[in-house]
Amino acid sequence: MRRAGYRSSRLGDRALTAFALLAFAFLYAPIAVLIVFSFNDSPILVFPLSNLSFKWYGVLFSDRDLLRSVVNSFVVAGGVVPLTLLLGVPLAFALDRFSFIGKALFERIMLVPLIVPGLITGLALLLVFTQTGFRLSLVSIMIGHSIFVLPIVVIQIYARLRRFDRRIEEASLDLGATRVQTFWRVTLPNIKTAILGSALLGLTLSFDEVAIAFFLTANDNTLPMHIWSMLRHGITPEINAIGTITIVASIVLIVVSLRLLEAKK
Amino acid sequence: MTSEAAVSGGSAAKALRRRRLALFLLCFGPPFLYLVCFMILPYGNVFQYSFWKKELYTVAAEFNWDNYARVWTNPLYRTVLFNSLEVAAIVTVCANLIGYPLAYFLAFVARKHRTLLYFLVIAPLWTSFLLRVFVWKLILGVDGIINGVLIYIGLIDEPMSIIIYNRFSVCLTLVYIFIPFVALPVYAALEKIPREYVEASMDLGAGRWRTFVRVILPLSIPGVIAGSIFTFCLSFGDFVTPTLLGGPSGIMIGNIIIGQFGAAFDWPFGSALAVVILLVVLAMIALAAAAEPRAKARIA
Repeated sequence: MRRAGYRSSRLGDRALTAFALLAFAFLYAPIAVLIVFSFNDSPILVFPLSNLSFKWYGVLFSDRDLLRSVVNSFVVAGGVVPLTLLLGVPLAFALDRFSFIGKALFERIMLVPLIVPGLITGLALLLVFTQTGFRLSLVSIMIGHSIFVLPIVVIQIYARLRRFDRRIEEASLDLGATRVQTFWRVTLPNIKTAILGSALLGLTLSFDEVAIAFFLTANDNTLPMHIWSMLRHGITPEINAIGTITIVASIVLIVVSLRLLEAKK
Repeated sequence: MTSEAAVSGGSAAKALRRRRLALFLLCFGPPFLYLVCFMILPYGNVFQYSFWKKELYTVAAEFNWDNYARVWTNPLYRTVLFNSLEVAAIVTVCANLIGYPLAYFLAFVARKHRTLLYFLVIAPLWTSFLLRVFVWKLILGVDGIINGVLIYIGLIDEPMSIIIYNRFSVCLTLVYIFIPFVALPVYAALEKIPREYVEASMDLGAGRWRTFVRVILPLSIPGVIAGSIFTFCLSFGDFVTPTLLGGPSGIMIGNIIIGQFGAAFDWPFGSALAVVILLVVLAMIALAAAAEPRAKARIA
């Protein structure tokens, strides 16, 4: 009831609602533009639009370089996801269950790749790889992506572990299960959705990443790197079609991963 | 007898401690080593590299300050550096001006469809950055939508070229990109404010506006700081947006860096510029660390 008191200013609420609508329009109109233009028949981007067509989607599926770049992106993300989970889940576990000297500092340093622009992470790894004679390949892009996906995985799993009622584990131990059994049968099932959710987030983030890959790409382009090189040769409506597919796929993945991450609140 | 039990008890505790240590090392060791090898050492290496010198086709490991002197004394680089700082500042302010009210709307005004609206704010964060930058070329370009519409309705005869390939188009696109980066942490901070505080303030006769200024705004400052750090650092070091939408007056430090790693092939100088970005990032983190307790103190 009291809360209604705070909400009493109808005018203020209306103004804010109108503002929010405008902000949402600003956020989504460009994405709508991309989608609408992908169905435009004309090879040049002119307004008003000409006929509706799926032509550019057809072009897309006959572009071999493009398809190869999609496969490469899946290969990279397919490496990044298990790698970051294998490192991130135990790390989150260690942060949740143990206290050690420099823990707070470590937690801060771990997050640095999220704030540092991607090109710095990319060039830093490029310098190390060339100095040590490590050949650039899809593996180098994988490592680059893992550096900024790892903190995201750790944050998500860590958050779930902190919410997790540890008495369930104690009950399991009291009932005679070993620590290993308890982990597999009690702890893991409880953080399963968080693991899946962060895996999907890692997948989308790696799939869309361009700045780090820019420095670590040898001959095999990832999809964003392929789009980047297409953009340098001039805009084609084909890009709108790829963009539409990528964005729609990302949104589907986000919906699923958010559902998983928010589960069991 | 008792001492024996104590001894075995002590060794059991010791064994338990040893097992805990082993578990810790097993969980923490590999990721820690991985981060040292592929994150901490590489970032550190950029510092070292920035003091080296470019020879004709190689790099000489001779310590010198020339690269930094070049950043500071060459008017071109200095201009670009300040331009980048300015763009980052403008973008941070504008993204807050839009992102904050949006977060406030989500936290206090929106009731119906709150989950959906929250999703709409964060979804852009996980969709292709490159494509969302590129789309502004379609909107602002000479053959773009704005020009197309304006010519179609007869407001202008010739397409305008002043809305693209300059600082304006870079700032506009970056604000578009970074609104969710601000809105999210601010929303998280606003959500955490206990409703009793707001109610108490209203009960004590403070109006809506005063409640906002004296209670809500100070409590949301940590969110504003977090969002601003992300926005400032990431827009400062972006090269995708200025490359696609910048033109001559929109060049940023990121463009210069990728040039050094491409055609110019001067990696040590590129590294020095990268160090400048890293220092700005570290300065922002330090500033935030200093500002946060002060913001908290003001509340208490």
